[in-house]
Amino acid sequence: MKTFITKSATVYFIILLLLSCDSFVDIKPDYALDAENYFNSPSDYDKALIGAYQLLHSSYLSLFIGEIASNNSISGGESVTDSQGLHQIDAMTHGGVNAELSSLFRYMYSGITRCNFIFEFKNRINFVGKDNVLAEAAFLRAYYYFELVKFFGDVPLVVDKRLPASEVPATPRTPVAVVYGQIEKDLQFAASILNWTNPVKGKVTKGAALALLGKAYLYQNKFDLAANTLDQIINQGGYSLFQDYATIFRVVNEGNSETVFDIEYGASPGGDFGCFVCTSGFIAVGFQGVRGYKGPTYSSGFSYNLPTKNLVDEFEANDPRLKGSVLDIEAFKTANPTVTYTIGLGGHTGYYNNKYIKRADEIGPNDNNLTSPVNHKVIRYADVLLMAAEAHNRKPSPNDAQAILYLNQVRSRVSVAMPSVNVTGSALTAAIYHERRVEFAGEGLHFFDLVRTGRAAAQITGFQTGKNELFPIPQAEIDLAGAGWKQNNGY
Amino acid sequence: MKLNLLSVFLLISACSFGQNIIKGKVIDENNQGIPGVNVIVVGTSQGAVTDVEGAFTLADVAADAKLAFSFVGYISQIKPVGTQTNFNVKLEPDVKSLEEVVVIGYGTSSVKELSGSIARVSGKDLISRNPVRMDQALQGQVSGVQISTASASPGGAANIRIRGLGSNGNNNPLIVVDGIIYPVEGLNALNPSDIESINVLKDASASIYGVLAGNGVIIVTTKQGKRKDMPSIEFSGYVGMQETNKKLDLLNARQFAILKNEMFAAGGQTPPFNNPDLGKGTDWQDAIFQKSPMQNYNLTVTGGSDKSSYSIGGSYLSQIGIVGGDKASYKRYNFRVNFSTDITPKLKLQNILLYTNESRNALAEGGIGSVLYNTINASPAASPYKPDGTYTYLEEFHDIINPLAQIANTFNKATTNKLVGKEELNYKINDRFEVTARAGYSYAHVSSKDFYPLVYYGLNKAQNTTNNENLLPDSIDIGFGAKNKVLNQNSVVQAERTYFGYNLEMFLNYNQTFNKHAIKGTLGLTRAEDSGKGIAGKGYNVPYNSFEFADLSLTDRTSLQQKTYADPVAYSSRLQSVFIRGEYSYQAKYLFSALVRRDISSKFGPQFRVGYFPAFSGAWITSAEPFFKSKVIQFLKVRASYGVSGNDRIGIYDYRASLGGQGVYTFNNQLTNGVAIGKFGNPYLKWENNYQTNIGVDLTVLKGKVDITADFFVKKTTDLLFTPDISAIVGAYGPGVYPPTVNGGDVQNTGIELGITYTNQLTSDFSYNINLNATSIKNEVTKIPVEFLPGGQFGVGGGYATRMQVGHPIGSYFGLQTNGVYQSTQEIIDRGVSQEGAKPGDLRYVDQDGSKSINFGDNSDKTFLGSAIPAATIGLNAGANFKGFDFSISLYASIGNKLLRNYERQQPLANMLSYRIARWTGAGSTNENPRLSTGANDVAYHNNELSNYFIEDGSYLRIKNIQLGYSLPASIVKRIRAQKVRLYVAANNLATFTKYRGFDPDFNSSGPLDGGIDYGAYPQARIYMVGFNLNF
Repeated sequence: MKTFITKSATVYFIILLLLSCDSFVDIKPDYALDAENYFNSPSDYDKALIGAYQLLHSSYLSLFIGEIASNNSISGGESVTDSQGLHQIDAMTHGGVNAELSSLFRYMYSGITRCNFIFEFKNRINFVGKDNVLAEAAFLRAYYYFELVKFFGDVPLVVDKRLPASEVPATPRTPVAVVYGQIEKDLQFAASILNWTNPVKGKVTKGAALALLGKAYLYQNKFDLAANTLDQIINQGGYSLFQDYATIFRVVNEGNSETVFDIEYGASPGGDFGCFVCTSGFIAVGFQGVRGYKGPTYSSGFSYNLPTKNLVDEFEANDPRLKGSVLDIEAFKTANPTVTYTIGLGGHTGYYNNKYIKRADEIGPNDNNLTSPVNHKVIRYADVLLMAAEAHNRKPSPNDAQAILYLNQVRSRVSVAMPSVNVTGSALTAAIYHERRVEFAGEGLHFFDLVRTGRAAAQITGFQTGKNELFPIPQAEIDLAGAGWKQNNGY
Repeated sequence: MKLNLLSVFLLISACSFGQNIIKGKVIDENNQGIPGVNVIVVGTSQGAVTDVEGAFTLADVAADAKLAFSFVGYISQIKPVGTQTNFNVKLEPDVKSLEEVVVIGYGTSSVKELSGSIARVSGKDLISRNPVRMDQALQGQVSGVQISTASASPGGAANIRIRGLGSNGNNNPLIVVDGIIYPVEGLNALNPSDIESINVLKDASASIYGVLAGNGVIIVTTKQGKRKDMPSIEFSGYVGMQETNKKLDLLNARQFAILKNEMFAAGGQTPPFNNPDLGKGTDWQDAIFQKSPMQNYNLTVTGGSDKSSYSIGGSYLSQIGIVGGDKASYKRYNFRVNFSTDITPKLKLQNILLYTNESRNALAEGGIGSVLYNTINASPAASPYKPDGTYTYLEEFHDIINPLAQIANTFNKATTNKLVGKEELNYKINDRFEVTARAGYSYAHVSSKDFYPLVYYGLNKAQNTTNNENLLPDSIDIGFGAKNKVLNQNSVVQAERTYFGYNLEMFLNYNQTFNKHAIKGTLGLTRAEDSGKGIAGKGYNVPYNSFEFADLSLTDRTSLQQKTYADPVAYSSRLQSVFIRGEYSYQAKYLFSALVRRDISSKFGPQFRVGYFPAFSGAWITSAEPFFKSKVIQFLKVRASYGVSGNDRIGIYDYRASLGGQGVYTFNNQLTNGVAIGKFGNPYLKWENNYQTNIGVDLTVLKGKVDITADFFVKKTTDLLFTPDISAIVGAYGPGVYPPTVNGGDVQNTGIELGITYTNQLTSDFSYNINLNATSIKNEVTKIPVEFLPGGQFGVGGGYATRMQVGHPIGSYFGLQTNGVYQSTQEIIDRGVSQEGAKPGDLRYVDQDGSKSINFGDNSDKTFLGSAIPAATIGLNAGANFKGFDFSISLYASIGNKLLRNYERQQPLANMLSYRIARWTGAGSTNENPRLSTGANDVAYHNNELSNYFIEDGSYLRIKNIQLGYSLPASIVKRIRAQKVRLYVAANNLATFTKYRGFDPDFNSSGPLDGGIDYGAYPQARIYMVGFNLNF
């Protein structure tokens, strides 16, 4: 019996030892690629680059805020608590807790990280065309950082690697000048590689890189550099103004001669309220649509970002751009008696943004309010001309003649045909500012134009000089970083 | 006592007559004399009681008489007198309660020997409640186990929480059925009628399951046959009628119109109703709720031959929803074999096979846009149908649709085929050693189909799948070449998924008793794998816009615009464990147990894959000590345990940096797919650790009539796995991008549990029993890496409602505190605290941070407003038998749980509950409810901020089940060759006593952080049943 027990025990333990080999749990995840073992083929780089482009689809935020924060429009919407953050920005009462600002801050860094992911692995393989991938990634990184400095001033500068969470507490806010240095470097690199045109619609070009570079110089008041850079586009880029101002923004006219940098949107797939940045359609268009609209031409939306009378009054008499920029709904209703619409409780001005608005022939799949194939025209050739005009007018040794030339090019667009301006000095500066406001009404540029030219306090009710030039860093981000970031002045 | 006096009297009288004296001594299993034993001459009133030494004397006893020896807690004995005059009787302890077998995982123990905290519930107690799922019947049965309903719709799930919320993630316990790891997500499939017993391992004793045991372990044993038992057939069933146990007190059309007019007027807008005298209008709840049937039948055959035994059964259950009828229904077929045979005298084979076929149809529930949410908010002034009989559009809302139309257009079905089983060999080497090898498996195939017909709910409704009333597919060319032509079509999404898990186990049990020592040992190894695979597809243009034809095979799959999509799923995880356990008892009074388990799992980061989980416990049966002399206490045991266990229920590949992010962009007018980092990785990811200390006492008093068990525990969970916000600059926010999961928080549950069982047999015809159990747990977050982790949302985009924050329970509500209603402009001015936009009639908020202003834009004035975790839960189960009648009742109470009223769509034209009638209308009118206004002409309207105004006390007392049965007399039963025929009537959820305004206070979404946010949860049905039990 004893031997039997011994034998059984021995057999048992042998089995036990055999089975207890830990390699049983060494299994690989089924059909999954890892972030660390990627970048094995040129197409891997292309795909990572597409991922880096996607964060451009958060541009509804900068469009909304760039208008609502200025005197151009009010927040609107269903109620005063609908997108509360925008209402606070409208009233200049925004603070460190603001959903829209928080999203913007996060999405920009997500975009930057996707670019840095490519740069981190840029030497993994070599192939023809890699330079182009890196140039586009550099442009995107510059674009995302430019958004950040516009909104928040000093922001932590992270380049060429994914930042491990452990390094965050040792990452300070980088002075804005240093961030601009990186932006300029990235854009100069991008411009040196990219061509003026790209057969793939939606890809950034040399013109886009130079225009953004010019804009970055302008925002830093580096007028000479801005003028030189923008002149390069005007002289070599082959751009021209699109004839019909009222339809520049229409899907049918995408890719026209005036397009310098568009954020490309498509209607599908549909979107949902859970993640705006995930939809491939332009969120802003449906949101800016006429609430509860029934009738011809337009389609209904959420009545966000409603132009003010102040903006309407800025237009010179008979400026046809007013109609192209602002929809006077009551006037439209008078002309089209079948029209009905409702008024949102978030505010009503009687005006709607007529550039980015839901139209009956530009609807998207469900939820139609969240999807739109309309592109976000971030930099138009008109902007290049007016920026160049401003740079020449404001540079240390002004070239007002050149500035007037550019300004009047914009005013003399075939469908606009406004009388020429022929003033100089500060009167010309004022004329350019006026021209920018009406030409780009509803395009999200005005607040930042007011701030960078020091006119915000005079124009925006509630704007506090020394505070509202920048938006607050989201308080949660200050806390999460634990790096002792100082909040922006006044918040 | 009466009897004792009588005996003493008889004894004295017997002595005085002095004839045929019988003496004796009654001893216990330890050869100690038992005082107080009744010694009765059978058939007479003559008898005696033993003295402190256990001795007795009886006089004048006839030779043909029999003596009966009885004592509580011991088995009675009867001895013929004959010529014997000296009786030395040894009474054996009654095995009924203290010797009850307790399954402890890879072994068994008894109630008496146990040194850990393990609760036991018999299958009979479960079945008396006619549950659809096992956990429904567990509610209120044992202390320390709290059950709440996640969805009360047919086929919906419940939450099982053993000793509180230990995790901010998955709190589900491990369920082991006959040694097979049973997926808790599929618990619906288990037929409660098949259960013989349930053992709940609450404390360190669960550590034998190591990294699986952090949330406690429920061990289920299914019914088995007995050797040498004639076949017996049991057939039982019931039919029931269900109805809602509550309707909300909503405004009728007239009240609605009056209040809305007032609201719009206050907002400076045109009142919507010219003539508010609209009568009662539409009662949407009446339109939605229906009375629905349910039924259940079970057939079991049990028996055994010399060398084998079997239990074979089948059952059918069908439940139709009280909302949606067939659109929210559940059907289940079970088939089961439990067969055991002796291959050789020492080698036993057990085969278990549990087959389930279940199908469920479900409506949208528990969220914005659910059927009940739409029902609550639909305007009572609108009628459900247009004159032509079609559904109305409710066009005054953007997001509320006609709930009847919603039900009519909901089409889905999920069917599960499931096989759970095992083959187990048990070899008894000798008296001391026994080795068991087992292969358990669980296989499930789930087929699901969701059909989205072309439907038009009204202008601009987000739920529309076409933009025209005629349900024509939209085909709109938006003009620019190939750029995304829009085509709305109906669609069907079909998914086939397979889940497979197995566990291979081998363990050796050793058991030896010598002198006063008893030793048990267990040594074993297990390997387990859990895997899933599946694919889903979407097809468009289902013929005839009909569910009947909704199958991928009939859809368009060539459309260039909208391709079918595939959603493949594949995962697997593996776990390997070795464990050893030793148990030792001395004199059956001092009990010790120690164990350790080593787990290695593929779920965790390469830096932390191996975990060791030790546990120790000890107990002292004080009442077995010679010095322990108590007439009141028959049994007393004190217990203590300490142990470590783990919780591995996290995403399987969370330690990896995946490339699962969304990376798409439109190039050349086409959506182009790219790649992006999805969830960020963390190679240091590991399991949650549970450290639990338990002190308990088991008492039997009042001659064995009352059993009391009390426990005190401290359960500390560390290394909670969660995904807190991290700094944006890491780049972890974007489409499909998530921050890494990290180990970083601690939660502590401190609790007391009390269980009292009282059983009394008054006469041979009348007995009754009462079981009371109570649990009180204090849950406290003791550490998290950020200030707080936000939880569920309030309203539509109204910000976070709950938090996980240090010093408070998991999922605490945080918001503004109200302090009445502003009665006058003067009051607003006098207060000295600025509240943006405040007008008389507005809620007056407390300035928590003393900043002299109410800050709506940040968190500075938000404060703790309670949590969904109850302060105490109490179950009371009572039963009585009188002659052929049996009666039972179960009550359940939850005290102190708070619920968030989140089913009110705060929109100008949404319906409201009638409490709004008592709105503020002028100074002194009320200090409770604010004024009504659309807020359109206010600087800011802040009455809809998350505050304690929306948080309600969810305490309740519910009559869970009440049942009255009658068993036919034996004479009749025999005539029809049956053993037992019982008929009964029963009601579930007969009455609920609560102040909660919502449908059902017994509701908890399964998320630990947002558990108490009520979007209009599907209420539990009140069910009236008639049923029968037949035994042949």
